[in-house]
Amino acid sequence: MTARRGRTAAGRRRRAAATRSGQYLALLGYLIFLLVPFLWLVSTAFKPPRELGSIDPGWIPHDPTLANFRAAFAEQPLLRSAANSLLAAAGAAVLSVVVATPMAYVLARFRTRAARAATGWVVVSQAFPLVLVIIPLFLLLKAVGLVDSLGGLTLVYLVWSLPFALWMLTGYVRAVPVELEEAAAVDGAGRVRTLVSVTAPLLVPGIVATGLFAFITAWNEFFFALVLLKSPEKQTMPVVLTHFLGAEGVADLGPLAAAALLATVPGLVLFAVIQRRITGGMLAGAVKH
Amino acid sequence: MPAPVRAAMRRRTFLGAAASVGAAAVPLFSGCAHRRTGEDSRPLRFQSLAWQTESVAANKALVAEWNRLHPRTPVQYVQGAWPTVHDQLLTAFEGGEAPDIIHDASDDLADFAYGGRLADLTPLLPDRLATDIPEHSLRTATFGGRLYGVPFLQEPRVLIANRELLRAASGVRVPTPEDPWSWPEFRAAAKKLSQGRQGARYGVAWPLKEPVSATLNLALSTGGRLFHRRADGRAEVRFGAADEVVPRTIHDQVNVDGSAARTTLGMGGSDTLPGFFAGRYAMVPLGFSYRQQIVQQAPKGFDWTVLPAPADGAPAQGVSPQTLSIAADCPRKEAAMAFIAFLLEPANMARLALGDWMLPTGTTALRDPRLRVRTYGWATGTALAGSLHAAPAQSVRGYPEWKDKIATPGLQEYYSGAIDMAELRGRLVEDGNLVLARYQR
Repeated sequence: MTARRGRTAAGRRRRAAATRSGQYLALLGYLIFLLVPFLWLVSTAFKPPRELGSIDPGWIPHDPTLANFRAAFAEQPLLRSAANSLLAAAGAAVLSVVVATPMAYVLARFRTRAARAATGWVVVSQAFPLVLVIIPLFLLLKAVGLVDSLGGLTLVYLVWSLPFALWMLTGYVRAVPVELEEAAAVDGAGRVRTLVSVTAPLLVPGIVATGLFAFITAWNEFFFALVLLKSPEKQTMPVVLTHFLGAEGVADLGPLAAAALLATVPGLVLFAVIQRRITGGMLAGAVKH
Repeated sequence: MPAPVRAAMRRRTFLGAAASVGAAAVPLFSGCAHRRTGEDSRPLRFQSLAWQTESVAANKALVAEWNRLHPRTPVQYVQGAWPTVHDQLLTAFEGGEAPDIIHDASDDLADFAYGGRLADLTPLLPDRLATDIPEHSLRTATFGGRLYGVPFLQEPRVLIANRELLRAASGVRVPTPEDPWSWPEFRAAAKKLSQGRQGARYGVAWPLKEPVSATLNLALSTGGRLFHRRADGRAEVRFGAADEVVPRTIHDQVNVDGSAARTTLGMGGSDTLPGFFAGRYAMVPLGFSYRQQIVQQAPKGFDWTVLPAPADGAPAQGVSPQTLSIAADCPRKEAAMAFIAFLLEPANMARLALGDWMLPTGTTALRDPRLRVRTYGWATGTALAGSLHAAPAQSVRGYPEWKDKIATPGLQEYYSGAIDMAELRGRLVEDGNLVLARYQR
């Protein structure tokens, strides 16, 4: 009997180890899937034109050069467009968090018919394709004088990212035990005090993740920026990147790779800085729970 | 209260409300309030699609020169991009925010022209340009008898060949613009240049990611047109013996002779260059401007040459030149045309052509000695300039849908050997005419 139990436990351990190995393998595969294009971009950005035309391109440039970066900066206003992207993306991130947090709280805590309808509408709005909204949106923004303005673009990004931000934050609010708020209420805290002192700190990881999502979405967005901005000095990074492309898919590959690599830097830095904060916040919440 | 003031107040109210949402956004809401004032004093906006370093520099320099010479009618350079220009213009026209002077290609103009988005340039075009640019070039941007763009740069499709392999192949005549290969001769040459049935080296690599324009434009060299006008002016597809020569040659090179690489059928032109440099392909049919990439990327000592595309008789092929148009909404069309005329002065047109590695349409610019040198095949290109005609399909309404839904998949399947010529003909003609009929009711 004891021997059989021992064998069963050993079998379970083997199965667990196999499952864990499978998980790590899948994770490794996913990491490679994510990393390969990025590493290829890095490699291309430092290659001279002759290596770009090689039939047997290596990962490591034989004759690394910064010429692609120099050409990218000389040919297109990368810094200015990066500043524009940063302004619009940061604006959209801050605004989406400011607007979505109280809305999410209401949707999560007050389960009325109106709240359910609002949640449903938010989900439905995600189904509208971009091409369907772009011309009405353009005319609307034109009517209020917000075409060709980074402010107008920020508003569009806010509206575009809001449904998903709301959906994300609603989940985070629901994860905060309502008993904590009730305990605060018993201790005499009003609703605002409860929100600020009890709920909000537990929502920090959610708020940061939502803001990050809104930032990255806006930073990478291309089509709205292409259509809504016409002054060269207001163009954002993704729009400027297309200026390295010619007709029939021909590309100025080296400078394009250099510029694209630079365009990925803010996202990477932001993730690196904020990642610990998100994880830390999640753990803090878990312990309190 | 006057309407503009009310509108301005409405804008301010909206901005105020938006600003209250987040103070961080406040500085962003600037730069749009002053635009409505002084519509006539604002600079004309010139959207250029130049993208190569030399070409962007040439365009910007010419705009700066114009602004120095004409301080009362300044022009603002706006950078556009080829991959997005159609969608961007579509929305800009819809919203009344299009650039005043528009750089595009003649095959993209039809819908904008018929839709009333572009100004008719017929009464505006200066005599100098009207006489300098040949009639057949002007026809590429003429729709319904009206001129909607000034064609200024164009490129023939040429054969870029590995000169060393060409020399080594015995019995292969080197074609010239005056005496190009016939299509059977080209097929025979490709066979001779091949090495091994399944390709240690292929005689030719056809990059046919976009097979329709390549096939249609080259079909002119055999007398093919595919699109014909009926007596009532409506377009219809007919696929005769002359139309079959080019697709059949490509098909047979891939599927019968094994002299053309199957793998490049789905590639763009740039994708074939590494194989060309490595000697995997002896020839690659490419646009004339690809020479710039070859100069940049070819290994040191790589010897290449430019040959005319094959033709049964005198060389001929269809092109869709780059054009300069004026938006119908532009408030100062004469000034916009004056700028276009400046940009297309012979010396300037030659400068733009050199920057883009293309040919100017203007006959005077074409005589520029820099475009007639033998280096990099310039002389071959200029010798072919007279043989370039309007691509037969570009003024046909419904062509984009015919191309995307019927011709592209049909030709791709035919070239890969999945369907035969009869099936291809059926699709292009019968299915194709049903598509065209919807646009010509």
